[in-house]
Amino acid sequence: MLTTQQDTLTRDIGRLIEEHGTSRSALIPVLQGIQERYHTISDFAMQTVADKLGIHPVEVYGVVTFYAFLNEGYHGRFVIRLCRTISCDMAGKEAVARQLRNDLGVDFGQTTRDGRFTLEWANCIGMCDQGPAMLVNDQVFTQVTPEKVHDILVACQKVFSAHAPETGEGHAQ
Amino acid sequence: MTIRNAMTLASVEPGVGLAAALKKDRAGVIAEIRDSGLKGRGGAGFATGIKWNLAAAARGERKYIICNADEGEPGTFKDRVILSEWPDIVFEGMTIAGYAIGAAEGILYLRGEYTYLRKQLERCLAKRRDAKLLGTAVCGRQGFDFDIRIRMGCGAYVCGEETALIESLEGHRGEARNRPPFPVNTGFNGMPTVVNNVETLAFAAAILAKGAAWFKTLGTGKTTGPKMLSISGDVARPGVYEFPMGVTVADVLKVAGGENAKAVAVGGASGYCLPASEFNRVIGYEDLATGGSIIVFGPGRDMLAAAENFLEFFTDESCGQCTPCRYGNPRLLEGVRLLRQGRCSTAYLKDLCALGETMRMASKCGLGQSSPNVFLSVVKNFRSEVLGRTSPEHA
Repeated sequence: MLTTQQDTLTRDIGRLIEEHGTSRSALIPVLQGIQERYHTISDFAMQTVADKLGIHPVEVYGVVTFYAFLNEGYHGRFVIRLCRTISCDMAGKEAVARQLRNDLGVDFGQTTRDGRFTLEWANCIGMCDQGPAMLVNDQVFTQVTPEKVHDILVACQKVFSAHAPETGEGHAQ
Repeated sequence: MTIRNAMTLASVEPGVGLAAALKKDRAGVIAEIRDSGLKGRGGAGFATGIKWNLAAAARGERKYIICNADEGEPGTFKDRVILSEWPDIVFEGMTIAGYAIGAAEGILYLRGEYTYLRKQLERCLAKRRDAKLLGTAVCGRQGFDFDIRIRMGCGAYVCGEETALIESLEGHRGEARNRPPFPVNTGFNGMPTVVNNVETLAFAAAILAKGAAWFKTLGTGKTTGPKMLSISGDVARPGVYEFPMGVTVADVLKVAGGENAKAVAVGGASGYCLPASEFNRVIGYEDLATGGSIIVFGPGRDMLAAAENFLEFFTDESCGQCTPCRYGNPRLLEGVRLLRQGRCSTAYLKDLCALGETMRMASKCGLGQSSPNVFLSVVKNFRSEVLGRTSPEHA
């Protein structure tokens, strides 16, 4: 039987709500689950969550747009967040930023056309003694140099290729 | 290696503090903490014993202990180290606090940027449950049920403010509440809640293990105990250090290898920027209160560039709820850029400083109240490099 993306999303949201409950306090963990799996929180997802928690969809929208790690726009499979705060700045984050832009062909705030990489700035990620530092999804890289950027991106590509080919759901398992 | 000198927490045997606490009654635990003089290590410096006592006395059918691990202040990373190295001691501190105020539930609010720590922390919690250090009848004590769960933050600096953190836990935007009422009365889900920093809770466990008298042997009369400092910037040996409270900035610089510094930001982006002439000042609540962020600026550094970086941070992280912070930070940022370009009149600089003072007084939460600090201290302490700049590369 053919299932649509919306059916899959609705089913996944149902599972997240089973796990976290239907209280208002469950909202953010549920949204984090959607973000992790789908790399975006679509209007449809926001509406579905709102219906299941019995709150207005604008409440959900307000929360999604408030937090840096929740996004209504599509995020790539790998979200690169380069720290721009003072210690990493003094340690040379600008050179790393330039190389990331060059190697990915996108600017900060953008996603590569193949949907694999999103490049973003992060505010202090708590690696001030080992800067410049950046996060790739949940993983942290410290003392990043422009030369290391390429290796990190290649490692990401390998992870991507190692997984199942892109499915109709638009994400690797 | 991040840890640079001997740490108190390394010498605390897990289990000893909790066992000592359970031998006392609840009031006895609070008295021990109060007697130690422990103050909030997040930077605000509220007396922990008083906070626990208020929550213990408050009425509510459920009470909560929240460990604030939303360590977002620029230049601070000691909580990451504590949670990596001594998670048992932190959870023990939470359990002791739970016993003291009569809470059944603890929540560790871990910042989203530290997601990579979560697995290890969950494993630590599971081990503690197996060892009956968490769960029903903790350590066999009938009537004391306490468990801890982890909630992930979502990338918002303001959620380090306790009421914004609670809003976030409740599933709302991280917008600070008016205080009073304080969380000890009306906290998570309207119930009495203690919100303590990671380091505070870890030291609470250390105090129960080693005694309040030991804690008081360190520090000055007014500010007791050790303080963990996160040192970064232009130093030979950046990392996490422990010093007794009351240490001078000059001594800290000597140990970390930053003697030739021209300036030190104590307390991160929301702190104070000291010139070399003030390096004899001391770290402690009576002088330089700090959550532990020490950012060192070497001789060649442009202090206006630092102020610009900090104001970019605040402009981005302001929650937008109150006007002084929402509009004030972008105006100050714009002003710093004018100064860097050498296009700011003395009169306008005066206006900017007045705006900074207004933000300090009129902002709703600590973020807006402290965001002008670095700007104001740079203007005051480094005046010679602020006005009349001619730097074509910034034009």
